[in-house]
Amino acid sequence: MIARLTLRFVALGYLGALLLVPVGIIVWHTFSGGLGPVWDAITAPEAVNALKLTLEIALVAVPLNTAFGILAALILVRTNMPGKALLSALVDLPFAVSPVVIGFTLILVYGQNGWFGAWFVDHGYPVIFSTPGMVLATIFVSLPFVAREVVPVLREIGTEQEQAAATLGATPLQTFRRITLPAIRWGVVYGVVLTTARAIGEYGAVAVVSGKVIGQTQTLTLRVQQSYENFDHAGAYAAALELAVIALATLFLMNLLHPRKDG
Amino acid sequence: MAIALPRTRVTGAAPRGVAPGLAVTYLSLIVLLPMAALAWQTQKGGWSTFVDAVTAPDAAAALKLTLAAALIVAAINAIFGTLIAWVLVRDEFHGKAVVNSLIDLPFALPTIVAGLTLLTLYGPDSPIGLNVTYTRTAVVLALLFETLPFVIRSVQPVLHELDRDMEDAAASLGARGPVIFRRIILPNLLPAVVSGMALAFARAIGEFGSVVMISGNVPFSTEVASVHIFSQVSSDYEAGAAALSVVLLAISLTVLISLSLIQRWSSKHDR
Repeated sequence: MIARLTLRFVALGYLGALLLVPVGIIVWHTFSGGLGPVWDAITAPEAVNALKLTLEIALVAVPLNTAFGILAALILVRTNMPGKALLSALVDLPFAVSPVVIGFTLILVYGQNGWFGAWFVDHGYPVIFSTPGMVLATIFVSLPFVAREVVPVLREIGTEQEQAAATLGATPLQTFRRITLPAIRWGVVYGVVLTTARAIGEYGAVAVVSGKVIGQTQTLTLRVQQSYENFDHAGAYAAALELAVIALATLFLMNLLHPRKDG
Repeated sequence: MAIALPRTRVTGAAPRGVAPGLAVTYLSLIVLLPMAALAWQTQKGGWSTFVDAVTAPDAAAALKLTLAAALIVAAINAIFGTLIAWVLVRDEFHGKAVVNSLIDLPFALPTIVAGLTLLTLYGPDSPIGLNVTYTRTAVVLALLFETLPFVIRSVQPVLHELDRDMEDAAASLGARGPVIFRRIILPNLLPAVVSGMALAFARAIGEFGSVVMISGNVPFSTEVASVHIFSQVSSDYEAGAAALSVVLLAISLTVLISLSLIQRWSSKHDR
């Protein structure tokens, strides 16, 4: 009994000191001046711009990665395409690369001295230190999630229904739309939740390729760091609070979609 | 199933026509092209440039700190991760479900918010008077936060599936708690603990956002490899940044690939 209580105490103490108390402190710290200043900090023009840019980037990255993720999962599970192992490894690669390295490699391709940087600048579409680079960085870091979630679901549902549909004369597209997609939809949704959370929350890769121009290339995560460095603590905590609320919503959706049975 | 299916390509929803080409093109543009640029940049200067860049005192110090911190973090995770998983599976208390779902918070919370969070509690304005900023403790603390879920989430399902008959048998033969844990439970959990440690290590090697604000980034002292790469990129020292990037990438790929090989090997030899 005592051993059990000690274990519980140590486990919860560790979680408390590392996770719960710090996150609680952030909420307390943000609201320590009352609701008014928080509202002002969230509705300040730069803060609104940062939120807008964050959502715009996610709005491009998430649909693209969702379409790619479903397609990649179908290729990995349903075909015998040569080079599948390589494809699978490449889909997972973004998990193994430091965000800073991701940003840096984009500079090597699209930066001023990069492979195609000068071409894009000459044609009036600079990539680095501008929104397209931030979109590319976000797509890179959030690429694996949908494919990773859909692959096991595809394996599990098997191919019997798809074959039945094909036998009855359905075209591949009809089979996908009427049979496969409905069967994998919750896996897709779970993947989309994870992709969105990562796209909104990415900091390192985006920090490398953004020009950090407040109001133009400042996302919410960049705003947290830049405001803090510029001693605008209210701005930093307000942006952090917005991101924390998004994170908690993500967590809620994760638990709703995949309730853990091993707790 | 009664009828064996022919081993030819399965029809149904298998992508065909331009679809696979589209996926490969997308992946090449987004992932392969930047990686190729990194390889190109690294080989441009030749072997000596690479060695010089990696062994430069500041780069070597950053690498050493990163590796040491990641190892420490993996070790602490092994102990506390297993312990927390144990409490979440075998113990019963009020609010357990909530605690269990909060374990994934570090995955959902943006790294920079995690950094600010730790800075608020363990920084200069700490309400509990504990200031670790600009120390190596801060680096370890930030990495512990980010990697918390790995061991827990990998041990939990194994512990849940673990047959309790073995423990009961050991107990009926007179074994006490610690002996049962060491001789029965731990050997069963070990693969899951190691796999969680490997994932945590690989993640810690490249971590940036949570470390950058609280560590102070003092060269030779609290500057981790990813922060060093960031400052090299900012000062346009691309050869140095490329060399260090390749080293980080090589380490995490080695860890992750060996992990998946071991897992494949053990699942083949399991039964």
